[in-house]
Amino acid sequence: MIAIIDYGVGNLFSLTSSFFAIGAEIKVVSAPEELENAEKIILPGVGAFGDAAQKLRDSGMADELLKQAAKGKPILGICLGMQLLLEKSYEYGEHQGLGLIPGEIRPISDVIPADLKIPHIGWNALHLTKPQNALFKYLKEGDHVYFVHSFYGTNCAQNTIATTEYGAPLTAAVAKDNVFGCQFHPEKSGNVGLSILKAFCEV
Amino acid sequence: MITKRIIPCLDVKNGRVVKGVNFEGLNDVSDPVALGKYYSDHGADELVFYDITASAEGRTLFTDILTRVAQTIFIPLTVGGGINTLHDFDRVLKCGADKVSVNSGAIRNPALIGEAAKRYGDQCVVLSCDIKRVEGEFRVFAKGGREDTGMEAISWIRRCVENGAGEVVVNSIDTDGVKKGFDLAMLQAVCEAVSVPVIASGGAGCINDFTDLFKALPKVDAGLAASIFHFGEVKIEDLKNELKNNGIPMRI
Repeated sequence: MIAIIDYGVGNLFSLTSSFFAIGAEIKVVSAPEELENAEKIILPGVGAFGDAAQKLRDSGMADELLKQAAKGKPILGICLGMQLLLEKSYEYGEHQGLGLIPGEIRPISDVIPADLKIPHIGWNALHLTKPQNALFKYLKEGDHVYFVHSFYGTNCAQNTIATTEYGAPLTAAVAKDNVFGCQFHPEKSGNVGLSILKAFCEV
Repeated sequence: MITKRIIPCLDVKNGRVVKGVNFEGLNDVSDPVALGKYYSDHGADELVFYDITASAEGRTLFTDILTRVAQTIFIPLTVGGGINTLHDFDRVLKCGADKVSVNSGAIRNPALIGEAAKRYGDQCVVLSCDIKRVEGEFRVFAKGGREDTGMEAISWIRRCVENGAGEVVVNSIDTDGVKKGFDLAMLQAVCEAVSVPVIASGGAGCINDFTDLFKALPKVDAGLAASIFHFGEVKIEDLKNELKNNGIPMRI
């Protein structure tokens, strides 16, 4: 069973539907103790980093996630969920993340030309910097996925596994051992996105 | 580089897609789920479902349909039609919509966009605007393009974007249905006024109209059309291949 964490941040409809579509058994969980029985964990999220990080801590999910990660359980963070895996964010202040993967969250306006629109929204191509990563089992260089974000992960060192070009190379996916993150939305990225979720199920 | 988006628009009435749609291999041409899947499988970058039902029963049917579409299709879904309150936003977002398109609802209650953006984020709120030239200016029309609001369109759009609209659909009444190309002058005026994504609608008749659009106005992010896709005059795959051959970034 794959646990999808519901901590009151964003809508889980598309995500749960996409796991149904690939035939995976899922459970939406809101109590930390429910993570123990899960084989794998999804950390979704949209909205503001500070608020979401607070909700994760207040619900006890943050501590439980760290515990499960340390045991080697596969975890996939999506969009804001990916950002929360990193150490800290500079989105409206400075906020601590889970620190499961080195790196920090900064505004994309820091690195892209001023004439490009923010948020970075739409379909963009993946450059697989680590094509051998298990998450990319069914992907090929240049496959398109759907992005919606104004902040991005940086200083992720060797843990960046894919980037996308939007006036500058932006971190699109990260991985460190059993912890994975996608800045884009696999649940909105057609068959390419479903194949990423399928690959995660098979990790 | 981010790709330009090609978006088919489906009008739904009482749970069925209106306008005769005829595709090979598609048995039920007015089933929104089957048609949505067809478009998704054939390269659509996003789908717009527009609820043109007026009755409460129709609304319920629409949300049922939307739920089934969102369970089947994993590309962004935008929903419009009958969006007047935050409750309407909530109703369609719960069914799996990613973005909500507001038109007359924002004209009746200009605070709606700001409230929705605050609750769901700018990226979720799409301003859809029907525009027609009247006495030398671009004028906003309401009620499906039937009623002149007297408002100048560019300042209206700018105001809505300042309030939190994350995307603007520009539907030119002047070119809609004429099939002689998009309204480049109108679109240019909107592109110069706002920095959020602009979606062109109204006037596409052939593949070249899309090429002209993206070449003339690099700031336009997407092209939306209905009948030319529904009647098979333009196949989305052919369109996207041709655009790519012309140097326009496309997801193939």
